[in-house]
Amino acid sequence: MQTGTDYMAQATNAVIAPFNWLGGLFVAFIRELGAIAIFFTHAFCLIFSLPLQVNKTIQQIFFIGAKSILIILLVGLFTGMVLGLQGYYTLVKFGSEGVLGAAVALSLIRELGPVMTAIMIIARAGSSMAAEIGIMRISEQIDALDTMDINPIRFLVSPRIVASLISFPLLTAIFNVIGIIGGYLSGVCLLGINSGIYFYRIESNVLMQDISGGFVKSLVFGIIVSTICCYQGYFTHMRPGGFGAKGVSLATTSAVVLSCVLVLIVDYVLTSFLL
Amino acid sequence: MTAPLIELKNVTKRFGNHTVLDRLNLTVFEGDITTIIGKSGGGKSVLLKHIIGLLRPDEGDILINNKRFKEMTRKEQTQFKRQTSYMFQNNALFDSLTVFENIALPLREKTRMREDAIKSKVMAKIDQMELSHEVIHKYPSQISGGMQKRVALARALITEPKIIFFDEPTTGLDPLRKNAVLGMISHYQKKIGFTALLVSHDIPDVFFISNRVAIIDNGRIIFQGKPIELEQSENPVVHDFIRGQINLKDDLTGLNTKQEVMDLLNQEMDRANRLQANFPVIMFTIDNMTQINKHVGYITAQRIVQCLSTLLKEHFGAAGTSARFSQNEILMVLPHTDIKEAEKDLNELAVDLQKQEIFQAKSYPKACLSFSVSAGLSETKQGTDTDSLIGQALSNQKIIAHVECIKQGETA
Repeated sequence: MQTGTDYMAQATNAVIAPFNWLGGLFVAFIRELGAIAIFFTHAFCLIFSLPLQVNKTIQQIFFIGAKSILIILLVGLFTGMVLGLQGYYTLVKFGSEGVLGAAVALSLIRELGPVMTAIMIIARAGSSMAAEIGIMRISEQIDALDTMDINPIRFLVSPRIVASLISFPLLTAIFNVIGIIGGYLSGVCLLGINSGIYFYRIESNVLMQDISGGFVKSLVFGIIVSTICCYQGYFTHMRPGGFGAKGVSLATTSAVVLSCVLVLIVDYVLTSFLL
Repeated sequence: MTAPLIELKNVTKRFGNHTVLDRLNLTVFEGDITTIIGKSGGGKSVLLKHIIGLLRPDEGDILINNKRFKEMTRKEQTQFKRQTSYMFQNNALFDSLTVFENIALPLREKTRMREDAIKSKVMAKIDQMELSHEVIHKYPSQISGGMQKRVALARALITEPKIIFFDEPTTGLDPLRKNAVLGMISHYQKKIGFTALLVSHDIPDVFFISNRVAIIDNGRIIFQGKPIELEQSENPVVHDFIRGQINLKDDLTGLNTKQEVMDLLNQEMDRANRLQANFPVIMFTIDNMTQINKHVGYITAQRIVQCLSTLLKEHFGAAGTSARFSQNEILMVLPHTDIKEAEKDLNELAVDLQKQEIFQAKSYPKACLSFSVSAGLSETKQGTDTDSLIGQALSNQKIIAHVECIKQGETA
């Protein structure tokens, strides 16, 4: 027979359970972030251990940076063109289509440049970082490095972090320039804004502060993306419920999802500090 | 005796609820080849990974040169690590690096050797491993499994380590290469003088190169000592283990082991004595087995045994239990049959056997081969023992099928 206290206990449980679950999820998320932070510190310190891994870093810059240029050019051009188009039709209502250049340039330099670049690199290089390191983990190649007394974090992660720190700002800069040209194409060549006004507004409105803000963002995104993608691959074997190829696929998925989400969250936080 | 180089004391390791190593003790001496044998999944690889420090024990100590591993300073641990090499079960070659880069990696990362010195050293190793020079620019996935093994061995040897751990170095190799790899390990061990710790289940091949053998079973070492001590060991578990591995070949012919049929025979003789009932046994012998092996090969010899065992099943069915008694003898026990019936069945078997392709001389066009199969029947009597019963059967043997040598040009 059920007593009143039993019933109370059950009811309380039913109310608490979802919060328990939610809390557990949150704690797990924070723990994961903590582990990632430690992982990053470790890898970052090992960047400076001698001898410097110049060759491997250059290879990674080639892979993360140079090979991403084409896709960045394409995406940047069309982002700028769309901005020009949309901006023109909004601004023309207020008769202020002359500031189109400033609108396009500021939104690119402050926001879209760093964020879109980061997301494109996640898709192109981040996923492959996670998959490559994940496969090395499951085929015991990382253990093999360990037995040769080669620090796997130094060998695999540090060059990728350096390469990201160099590639991200450069790619962002390329994205911004090509985006502004895209805006020029749609705004000036298609819709007939005065070309001198377009560039004059950019010159008078974009401050050094905007550019350095975008630069800081791209550096932070570079750290986030490379660390999370390497971390997910590196600890593929610790992942519950996924082994072997399945584990690698899960690691790649969560590397892409987690770094995209974190890039957008951190973007908001940084923007609110930089403004 | 020299002091032990590596000593494991009461090492326990659990993965979740599953105890992989259970208070395990093992001693490895310097300059020896020590082989750990055991069933798959018995914790052999886990044991190796403990010694090299990839895994930490839950309980117990690992002593290196009489010093506890966990009490060693970081520098000492690194120093120990630099003296060791590990050859992984699945090679663990870096699949995004070429063969050359794989072998050169430990030198490039851990020494300050010049590039041309590294190159000549790697090429020397590649020649030693009998790898062709075209292979060096290929990636591990482009070369065969046997070559991958040799590349892995080259990578393990390139740093001239003092201790090398081999995790099943011969698995997945053909018999020739298997012997070549074992020979290579033994050869370099003598030449360079490293200490080797092997994990294998290539019994008895590994015994020839090992100085010490340890058997791991259910997470514990049930035997460790010299191979010769192993063969003379009285420990029944050890015996069963070794025989279990060697007798695997008889599973292919569908015959039971000698032990099984002897147990059955003893049991049935007890019963027959009690019930005053007699039953027959038949002993089959393949004569000239050595000549068969020599002229037409081991496989044909095995096929003759297999053919005989298949026919035995067809003719005697469930009534008889047959076993490989020795290399060329098959003993059959027929507990619920009388001798008349057995004789009738045996005559039918003889006719059938002679008709088999394998007993036609023209099946062996290239060899002049004569061999025969004899069978002898005997019956239990009150008070006889197994030895005299089998002796009786052997003395009653008559030829039931034979192949005569044909000289070239003649026809059957």
